[in-house]
Amino acid sequence: MPFAPWKDRRLMHRLGLAARTATLTGREAGSEETVVHGVAAVCDPLGALYLPDAGVLVVSDLHLEKGAAFARRGMMLPPYDTIATLNILAAVIARYDPRTVISLGDNFHDRKGSAHLPDDLRSLIGAMARGRDWIWINGNHDPDGTTDLPGTSVDELLYGGLVFRHEPSLTVGKGEVAGHLHPSATVRRREKYVRRPCFATDGLRLLMPAFGVLAGGLDLNHKAMHGLFDRQALVAHLLGHDRIYSVRYANLLG
Amino acid sequence: MDLVETPSAGRDAVSLPRPFLKWFAEKGWAPRAHQLELLARAQAGENMLLIAPTGAGKTLAGFLPSLTDLTSRGKIPPGSAFIGIHTLYISPLKALAVDIERNLMKPVSEMGLPVTIENRTGDTPQAKRQRQKLTPPDILLTTPEQVALLLANKEAERFFKDLKYVVLDELHSLVTSKRGHLLSLGLARIRRHAPQMQTIGLSATVADPMDLQRWLVPQGEHPSPPAGLVHVQGGAAPDITILDTDKRIPWSGHVSTYAIPEVYEEIRRHKTTLIFVNTRFQAELLFQELWTINEDNLPIALHHGSLDAGQRRRVEAAMAANKLRAVVATSTLDLGLDWGDVDLVVHVGAPKGASRLAQRIGRSNHRMDEPSKAILVPANRFEVMECQAALDANYLGAQDTPPVGEGALDVLAQHILGMACAEPFDPLELYEEITSASPYAELSWEMFERAVDFVATGGYALRSYERYAKIRKTQEGRWRVSNPQIAQQYRLNLGTIVEATELNVRLVKRNAKGTLGRGGLSLGKVEEYFLEQLVQGDTFLFAGKVLRFEGIRENECLVSNAFTMDPKIPAYAGGKFPLTTYLADQVRGMLADPKRWQSLPDQVREWLEIQQDRSMLPSKDELLIETFPRGKRFFMIAYCFEGRLAHQTLGMLLTRRMERLGARPLGFVATDYSLAVWALNDIGGMIDDGRISLTDLFDEDMLGDDLEAWLDESYMLKRTFRNCAVISGLIERRHPGKEKTGRQVTVSTDLIYDVLRSHEPDHILLDATRRDAASGLLDIGRLGDMLARIKGHITHRDLDHVSPLAVPIMLEIGRESVPGEAQDAVLQEAAEELIAEALS
Repeated sequence: MPFAPWKDRRLMHRLGLAARTATLTGREAGSEETVVHGVAAVCDPLGALYLPDAGVLVVSDLHLEKGAAFARRGMMLPPYDTIATLNILAAVIARYDPRTVISLGDNFHDRKGSAHLPDDLRSLIGAMARGRDWIWINGNHDPDGTTDLPGTSVDELLYGGLVFRHEPSLTVGKGEVAGHLHPSATVRRREKYVRRPCFATDGLRLLMPAFGVLAGGLDLNHKAMHGLFDRQALVAHLLGHDRIYSVRYANLLG
Repeated sequence: MDLVETPSAGRDAVSLPRPFLKWFAEKGWAPRAHQLELLARAQAGENMLLIAPTGAGKTLAGFLPSLTDLTSRGKIPPGSAFIGIHTLYISPLKALAVDIERNLMKPVSEMGLPVTIENRTGDTPQAKRQRQKLTPPDILLTTPEQVALLLANKEAERFFKDLKYVVLDELHSLVTSKRGHLLSLGLARIRRHAPQMQTIGLSATVADPMDLQRWLVPQGEHPSPPAGLVHVQGGAAPDITILDTDKRIPWSGHVSTYAIPEVYEEIRRHKTTLIFVNTRFQAELLFQELWTINEDNLPIALHHGSLDAGQRRRVEAAMAANKLRAVVATSTLDLGLDWGDVDLVVHVGAPKGASRLAQRIGRSNHRMDEPSKAILVPANRFEVMECQAALDANYLGAQDTPPVGEGALDVLAQHILGMACAEPFDPLELYEEITSASPYAELSWEMFERAVDFVATGGYALRSYERYAKIRKTQEGRWRVSNPQIAQQYRLNLGTIVEATELNVRLVKRNAKGTLGRGGLSLGKVEEYFLEQLVQGDTFLFAGKVLRFEGIRENECLVSNAFTMDPKIPAYAGGKFPLTTYLADQVRGMLADPKRWQSLPDQVREWLEIQQDRSMLPSKDELLIETFPRGKRFFMIAYCFEGRLAHQTLGMLLTRRMERLGARPLGFVATDYSLAVWALNDIGGMIDDGRISLTDLFDEDMLGDDLEAWLDESYMLKRTFRNCAVISGLIERRHPGKEKTGRQVTVSTDLIYDVLRSHEPDHILLDATRRDAASGLLDIGRLGDMLARIKGHITHRDLDHVSPLAVPIMLEIGRESVPGEAQDAVLQEAAEELIAEALS
């Protein structure tokens, strides 16, 4: 790994990681492999899921323009979240060069987000989408689809033996890849606690971590997660500083 | 109470109105010299500062100018034109404002004075607050937050225009905090509405009265002469002793359990005992231990900030009615409430500051002519020295109150928005007004403009929020709020106290089926971060009980009785004070001077003598570094005596440097007195053969790049940022009970911090955060002073084994978790288990 000068360390760690590792792949990039309903998948430490057989890259809960959404309501959060999230997305797209990108809903933080998106950011998305299919799954924050952006908006998508939707279904979970809940997990060892966003899967269903830099996390123990997984089989793939750490649900607290 | 004859009383020839003279005569009292002097000089138009010990009649002194003036004005005939308030009394505590109303109403009604007195706090009903605006009382008793609220109102000028006096109680404790900054800005605005207004500050003894004297009057380009000073020297010298014990004083720890039987004996021997401790955890533990041996069933109560308010009020009432024999309390009782007949103060653990000790001892015996009685109970051997030092200081009248300090930028931003809510402001006029407040006297115009810009649109270099601006410039060049919702938002978020998110603790029962019942007693509040560490079934000590953690339901933490005496999770460390610079200095002086050891208990003296023999004791300005092997590790102990916070920062920075030098440090632990670092490589050997230069290791340049690099990862800075973000109005406060459920409640300030730091590291809010950190959590200022002081005075001793002086900190290792950047190591460990499982 190249030496990171200290000025670079000022960057939030995912942004720094993206800058350092965009050219790396596989184990070198710190990713972990898993299987969802018989489909091979790669959990990337930048927070994206890659399905090598179909050439699909999945990201979820980008929450673009979250800062602006808050500013509209009088809270002037830094206006840099969108550019930061897109830079990380660009890095992960550069790594896998996918045929298809699926953004799994809550692509924008509110309904106004995509219409008010500044032009320079809009063209950044345009450049990323060039030469590949781009699917916007609608989320609860942005149910109306996107405005003036490349790609197709749909509520859910069946593709490559998996179903992609924003909110996990309570009834049919087999082969589902969903977002919405921003899963994170807490690991405890020797009275030390570390909480990180994670991919959560029991082999049948997979929940994506939130990709947006201003999106928080919800613990796997939260009641909203109840009933979604077979906890015996559940594994959390946690986003570490430069790699994925895979820990069984039952072993999280040591 | 006798008439105190002093020359000044005659010189000023002040005459009290008739009802006052009659009242004093009936009581058999006479006004004291300092009360009359203050009255005379206030009547002559001076702003005043009264410094006096508890029991000197400070409150009456502060109100005499108002009461006499109002008496000569007489009753206002009905139907008169609107008259604004005459006197504003501001105290740091709600409870104090309520207490004063009671105490003041008594003489006022006994004298039959034509004066109306009311209080206004966060608890005052809306209807009463409205009425107070329409028909204000003569004297309004309130808090700094309420003053800010009143000023951010269109009616502010009308309300304050007739104001004659502002009485500021417990000024010494107000001025050093952000509340003090907010209040100073409020006073500057009040002066504009009421140029005739005079300030009267009441304070306990402080290190530098001139700071307060200046604080009370306008500063800036044309500063007024400082407020006049009336300084009442303490009454009888307090009778303070260090607990004389045959028991072995522990090497380390903070809880003094060894002394519980002796403390209990003292409680039995006295009418009412106040037992002060430094942390809530100490309070809980001590309370529990006392009850274990309370064979006489003496009424002993517990009082600390996390307990339910209702429970605290009951303790306070029982205390005032002399129904309790002892109360175990934290700093919540530090300030001047009236506490019945306390005849003994026991201070468990070292007081950490000489002024704090004096203040707490003042709680016993409210008559200032009799000596207060106090016993200090050191928790470990270093604390014995600290207690002795504090004791010397109290006799010498030494003071170590913190300096007033520079006004915080987040408070400034809050105030600017408040002023826009009141009425559109002209920036030049507001700048002049703000720089007349002493904490902001040095504020540059450029920084002021940045703050205004921040309030308007967040102040980002990327100017993308202009259309969402909260305040806008009118054509006349004045700034006004964009819409009425902004003002409403401001009122909800005002104030400078940012509590850690707390959850209510509710005691529930398990029913026969093992499910948890509803309802149950509310025990108080616990910080969320503490609960995050618990899993169901963990037991911990709170509200005097051992509780079993059951889970979190909505915004409540559910617990049940644990039926055990031995809690699993011991630490609940709320509000720990660091050792003050002054006391640290005293302790260093004591270590260096064997003559002073005579006043110490035998076992402590012997400990120092053995240290002298085996290693050495540093002189006052010397830094002693010891290195020695133990187990498979090599230790380095630095005896800095700069307080836990500064040592923690030093530990973070030193381990970074030692890592680079190849010493392979594994961790460190910090106490108030010293810092211990342990490593895989022989640190002592590396120092001896020159691979590590102590001069370089402890060079001040660590506060440059190393500090910057560490701050990037420091969670402490994120916590500071969170406070600044709330106070400055960047993000909204969470209002208990009003949160939406689920995760969309708020946006994480940690994430905002990361984004902002990545993209605009010079943003005003990051500036504000760094300034706070330098003086607060990280104590960088103090660390810098130390590094400068020890330059060229470092002495290294390479030892074969641990020295006597090192024992206390060695015992702390393992008790505290090792802070630092080992987070991913924890994940690694967990992940390897999975790998092992897969391979087996």
